[in-house]
Amino acid sequence: MANISKEDVLKTADLARVAITDEEAEMYGEQLTEILTFTEKILDINTEGVKPTTNGNAVTNILRDDKPVTWDKRDAALENAPEVEDGQFKVPAIMEE
Amino acid sequence: MKFETVIGLEIHVELKTKSKIFSSSPNAFGSEPNANISPKDLGYPGTLPVLNEEVVNYGMKAAMALNCDIASETIFDRKHYFYPDNPAAYQISQDEQPIGENGWVEIEVDGEKKRIGIERIHLEEDAGKLTHGTGGSLVDYNRQGSPLIEIVSEPDIRTPEEAYAYLEKVKSIIQYTGVSDVRMEEGSLRCDANISLRPVGQEEFGTKTELKNLNSFAYVRSGLEHEEVRQAKILSSGGVIEQETRRYDEKTKKTILMRVKDDADDYRFLPDPDLAPLHIDEDWKERIRQEIPELPDARKQRYVEEMDLSDYDAGVITATKEMADFYEETVDLGADGKLAANWLMGDLSAYMNKHLKELPDLAITPEGLAKMIKLIEDGTISSKIAKQVFAELVENGGDPEVFVKEKGLVQISDDGQLREIIGKVLDENEQSVADFKDGKGRALGFLVGQTMKATQGQANPQMVNKILKEEIEKR
Amino acid sequence: MSFTHYTIEQLETMLRNKEISAEEIAQMSIDQIKAVDEDVKAFITVTEESALEKARQIDKDGDFDHNLAAIPGAIKDNIVTKGIPTTAASKMLENFTDPLYDATVTEKLADANALMMGKVNLDEFAMGSSTETSYFKKTANPWDLDYVPGGSSGGSAASVAAGQVMFSLGTDTGGSIRQPAAFCGVVGMKPTYGLVSRYGLVAFASSLDQIGPITRKVEDNARVLETLAGHDSRDSTSSKKDVPVYTENLQEGVKGLRIAVPKQFLGEGVSDEVRESVQNALQMYELLGATWEEVSMPHLPYADAVYSLLANAEGSSSLGRYDGVRYGNRAENAKDMIDMLKQSRAEGFGEEVKRRLLLGATVLSGDYNETHFRKAQQVRTLIANDFKAAFDQYDLIVGPTTPTSAFKFGEQADPLTMYMNDMLTVPVNLAGLPAVSVPSGYTEAGLPLGLQIIGKHFDESTLYRAAYAYEQATNHHKKRPTIGGANE
Repeated sequence: MANISKEDVLKTADLARVAITDEEAEMYGEQLTEILTFTEKILDINTEGVKPTTNGNAVTNILRDDKPVTWDKRDAALENAPEVEDGQFKVPAIMEE
Repeated sequence: MKFETVIGLEIHVELKTKSKIFSSSPNAFGSEPNANISPKDLGYPGTLPVLNEEVVNYGMKAAMALNCDIASETIFDRKHYFYPDNPAAYQISQDEQPIGENGWVEIEVDGEKKRIGIERIHLEEDAGKLTHGTGGSLVDYNRQGSPLIEIVSEPDIRTPEEAYAYLEKVKSIIQYTGVSDVRMEEGSLRCDANISLRPVGQEEFGTKTELKNLNSFAYVRSGLEHEEVRQAKILSSGGVIEQETRRYDEKTKKTILMRVKDDADDYRFLPDPDLAPLHIDEDWKERIRQEIPELPDARKQRYVEEMDLSDYDAGVITATKEMADFYEETVDLGADGKLAANWLMGDLSAYMNKHLKELPDLAITPEGLAKMIKLIEDGTISSKIAKQVFAELVENGGDPEVFVKEKGLVQISDDGQLREIIGKVLDENEQSVADFKDGKGRALGFLVGQTMKATQGQANPQMVNKILKEEIEKR
Repeated sequence: MSFTHYTIEQLETMLRNKEISAEEIAQMSIDQIKAVDEDVKAFITVTEESALEKARQIDKDGDFDHNLAAIPGAIKDNIVTKGIPTTAASKMLENFTDPLYDATVTEKLADANALMMGKVNLDEFAMGSSTETSYFKKTANPWDLDYVPGGSSGGSAASVAAGQVMFSLGTDTGGSIRQPAAFCGVVGMKPTYGLVSRYGLVAFASSLDQIGPITRKVEDNARVLETLAGHDSRDSTSSKKDVPVYTENLQEGVKGLRIAVPKQFLGEGVSDEVRESVQNALQMYELLGATWEEVSMPHLPYADAVYSLLANAEGSSSLGRYDGVRYGNRAENAKDMIDMLKQSRAEGFGEEVKRRLLLGATVLSGDYNETHFRKAQQVRTLIANDFKAAFDQYDLIVGPTTPTSAFKFGEQADPLTMYMNDMLTVPVNLAGLPAVSVPSGYTEAGLPLGLQIIGKHFDESTLYRAAYAYEQATNHHKKRPTIGGANE
């Protein structure tokens, strides 16, 4: 049975890059445990040899010709960004971990 | 305790298609920042990937040339990690079913041949480029979505020297297929290395470290050499190797800890629901197989057999496709196979090494070289003059015949003309003539030199020798 | 006069006969938006000026022959519109004023000369069943403003029910078109996966998401879908099948059609009123010449669990791109790059979205990837097989759209209870099938109920036929909420 602890949630939140407080982690831990436990009714179903469904339909081999297309909205794209410098997107410095 | 080194390489090769793997943006090197982008490359909401057919063709071609089995059914997976150069927070790659598996290449180190296994080759998209500054970092997404193949070797490599040979061989084969420029300095070939040590005789692998920032083949070798020593020291003193990523420092030639492996390496793989699975039937595979040119090993063998080159020379000539093609064309134009090989391996390679240039950057053509070799063979120019002609061909190209005529470099082989010049030289150097007659052989050399000087090096050396002796006899 | 008294077909005829102008239609829509949106709160952005401009152009050109000429519609705000804000009802995209490109469906509507009146509300990133998780506002149910309109396409359904527009676009990942359509007493179609291009749809779960129309009438719905459907080379999952003219055989009736009713659709959790309305509908179908039988689809009870695992796993993946680097919310005063990502996402996403991100990331990481996620993908296959088996013998599958009628704001505070709203709709998405919800009566409290009709892949024609026959044989569709012009 699923048991998602506060610590598990904090680890996952770090993985999913979303800051959460200890109280939130506590709440999400309880809720995730409840939801995951609910989903575990599927665990006993016999799925031996059953192919997993990964796509919404069964189309295959959708391919594009190798033709380059230039987009004319580069400047507008830079305007959409919170911070830019010299035609590039700017982010805060990366600290060595 | 004696240790055995176990090395595996992960080589990333950028494919030179015209457009990116999942978007139609141009796949070009050296554009201004963010010139080759689209909403897809910026991870805009609602954008979707569509696979470039040529990427599949190129990837398949490379995998076939590296003796891989090609998957009949393959899918793409999302590999999740957050970084500003990774706009969707996942990289589209192939996890479960790569396009190629179970390949190999043959390497030769110190005359010993060895097969290095290739576990898998998969298709994936490249990330953008992050430049670190003081006030922050800047992101350029031009490279985001460029098509890559990742070639993962089996842990079959036992020495840094073998790793070097394996890299050379993989580069050479890929280059022959024409799917990539495989230029490390432009980033179209990149290499990470995994290395571990284990006591000789032990089957189980030791804990490995991953080496990054290996920006040249020499650094790969040097980084592995250093890491080999570092790990041996730790193990010998009873220490434990940590599973970590280390960066090679070019200046100190040491490896430096980047980070220890942790939970951030949980990539949460997910088959990408935005992309349809790919079925590759036998017809498709066969069509690509037909397009693979003769590969370096086959060519080398042929040159040994047909051109009578030594094993070593044939190896050097076929190391790059450009050199081999150049060589073959030169010979097809009538040049002697051995002479052509000597010029390419000697003066041409020396020039490229000195100026850090590649063959296509040079002005010389197979026509030019073939003509020059003919001019030497028929006595029009001396081999000494040929060096001068060759330098001109490399720098400025053109027709050696015209150049030789314009500069008046044609060899003087006219008996009468030479006797006249030599007569004067003897008149001016009576002491040397006397010395020679006294049995001082060295004097002849001096007289030859004087003759060459008088003709600006254009006198036919064999004839000068012969006529000098005759004329001295007469005095 | 209100356009809600007419079908699209009738309006087009009036336009051609100069009995009404495009501008007048646009103005009616604007007037109604202004009159009721303070209560209904369906719209996030109203594009009054551009709609009027387009209407005038249509009048000027006399260009009434396009499929949706001068028909006012609204677009769910998780479908991108060039030059118009696209927020997905999230603080994360509050300042995303120009996505710089149009979704394929946005283009198609413009090409059909439809009047785009604005962008409508939804649960944040379409994650929810009540439109309560929108960062901007809580859309109300036009039938009773104390009740939710359903979700996630709550704004889409409410805007049609309130008579603000003739049609709207919704998106459906697990019931997000059909459930609000049922709660608001309108017609909502979730097409076959791959029929309508997803290019420009802000992804929630890419293997389940589909765009579809919400309208007051079945006939109008078929007409809008004709405009939306068709192959798009920019979407790798887009079908290349030819699209039939759905409006052509609407009136052919249901005689001889074989209907399956899974007993799992009328089991635990389904309210008596809902069950009764389905039984009445089945009686009606019998009268109209169809036959029905109860069948068992053994894996249906697992659909909600499978959906929770798969949709949220994919959702956590889809939402990684919102990182404050290229567009969208960025936190100020972050310590460093990683802190910036974490704070921007913490600020930009609401509680429900975070819950699902964490759930999805959990499901994809460590052992859960194999034990839960992959297992769910296998059970998804079994659910699809159940449908396949049923469709070997039957033409349609019928049941309720929702287990209950609409609920009050704040009534379903527990996440798991909220997820149960979708138990009858999610199996359809898992199997990639088309399904439509049509009004099937009202509760004692006067809240609408919906009948869900599920068809074979790409058999939207039969679905519309069956929905139309039922609609025409009943009076449910004639009833209107007061706010939507009941007394006009």
